[in-house]
Amino acid sequence: MKLKKNIAISENGFLFNPETGDSFILNPIGKEILNQLKEGQSVTDIKQLLLERYDVDLVSLEKNMEDFLVILQHHGLLDR
Amino acid sequence: MKKLDYERPIINKVNAGMPDKFGMSTRVPVISHIEGVAITDIMKQFGSPIYVISEPCIRETFQQAQKAFLSRYPRVQFAWSYKTNYLNAVCKIFHSEGAWAEVVSGFEYTKAIENGIPGNQIIFNGPDKSREDLERAIKDGAMIHLDSLDEFYYLGELAHKLDKKANVGLRINLDAGIYPKWDRFGFNLENGEAWNVLNRVMLHEYMVLLGLHTHMGTYITSVNAYAVATRKMADLTNRLFRKYKYELKYLDLGGGFASKNTLKGAYLPGSDTCPSFDDYAEAITSVLLDSELPPERLPLLILESGRALVDDSGFMLGSVLANKRLADGRRATVIDIGVNMLFTSFWYDHEVLPTQLKSEQTENTTIYGPLCMNIDVIREAVQFPLLQRGDAVVIPRIGAYNMTQWMQFIKLRPPVLLIDTDKQIHLIRKKETNEQFNAMENVPEHLKG
Repeated sequence: MKLKKNIAISENGFLFNPETGDSFILNPIGKEILNQLKEGQSVTDIKQLLLERYDVDLVSLEKNMEDFLVILQHHGLLDR
Repeated sequence: MKKLDYERPIINKVNAGMPDKFGMSTRVPVISHIEGVAITDIMKQFGSPIYVISEPCIRETFQQAQKAFLSRYPRVQFAWSYKTNYLNAVCKIFHSEGAWAEVVSGFEYTKAIENGIPGNQIIFNGPDKSREDLERAIKDGAMIHLDSLDEFYYLGELAHKLDKKANVGLRINLDAGIYPKWDRFGFNLENGEAWNVLNRVMLHEYMVLLGLHTHMGTYITSVNAYAVATRKMADLTNRLFRKYKYELKYLDLGGGFASKNTLKGAYLPGSDTCPSFDDYAEAITSVLLDSELPPERLPLLILESGRALVDDSGFMLGSVLANKRLADGRRATVIDIGVNMLFTSFWYDHEVLPTQLKSEQTENTTIYGPLCMNIDVIREAVQFPLLQRGDAVVIPRIGAYNMTQWMQFIKLRPPVLLIDTDKQIHLIRKKETNEQFNAMENVPEHLKG
């Protein structure tokens, strides 16, 4: 699962999709996930990274990640 | 190394072209304590969902309202509107502050008597008063507010049989320039019906006319409507005096004062638009003082405000059951507070607030109740923080009507707590049980076994 290549993410979590002209705002953890995806990390690796960094249990993280990826897909930001 | 605080990842689309011209804050307020008691502690002890009522808030609000009127007019009496919240503990707080009782059924009348209110301090309104209700009210000397001509004749008949005069008030409906006009209760002023019935009451052998009553509607944000209604009522009082040289004991202007909740479809929040007690008091008392009524004949001003006196004191505590994603990408959050226990969510956009926040991030969210029914929606769309399953939520300003119009539907009714002025918690209504519910039913013999 990869982020579309031409998508730009600013340091403070502002995302621009030049294909559609849509803009988005991410919260810090959302930005972190997208940056990892942009660098080509796998979802499993990202999950592991977040588990180590954040005070969260695996089940909550998996639920939230799944939901987040669905909404990224919904907004047309992913290459499937 | 200490791990970082977690919140779920979100992405919100930026929608240009919808600026907020009032620049209202998008920050989500947090309610972590009620009268100094931590909500987490309450929920740990009593579970979820649960109603909480603040006694200090009721007392402060009542005193504010009373001060607003008494500082402008010499004779004011509040009568607690039972139907707004007839939990005995709540009624008793109002009575201890000096409020009489305003009831609209035999059930409420009994409650008022059991709460220690003497009959002559009970105002008996409403279209449904049974034979037993009326006989008791006649004997007790309650203020019976006539709603229809049928009731006038029936009451006369009963009073005659008892050979005791009934204390009577007349419910009057009038045009105060607001919509909708509540013309279903009482007698119309403009078409002469009210004057006609007034004359009949005055001439009746078994009735004593004590006062006039009007109640224009509910959640009335126009104070001018009160001024118009008061002027019409004062004129009628004078007309009565001119004809009969009869002094009315009281004018009852009813209730209908708005609370700070926001009505569905309103552009601005109720807390910004709803008039204060001083605004209502100024409109009503100015008209009375400026009227033809001479100072020595100023009637007692009775007010039956319910909603505005109790709404702020009620809180509903609940928790998040699930977060979902709807087919169109919208976020949905299911909480354990449904329309069965929050009846007012049918007409208010209630605030649903967190008890703690890890960040200022929010998502546009639909908040659903727990019922397996499509109508169970608490908020259609609200900027809601990123709560997880099990997190607590608070809905403030639910003190009016929810603990009377609640439905035993799908689930049993939750318990009600009262936090007193010493921050002590009292269980004032227990959680309903299956046993209590089933005890009301009877299964015929042939279906048993």
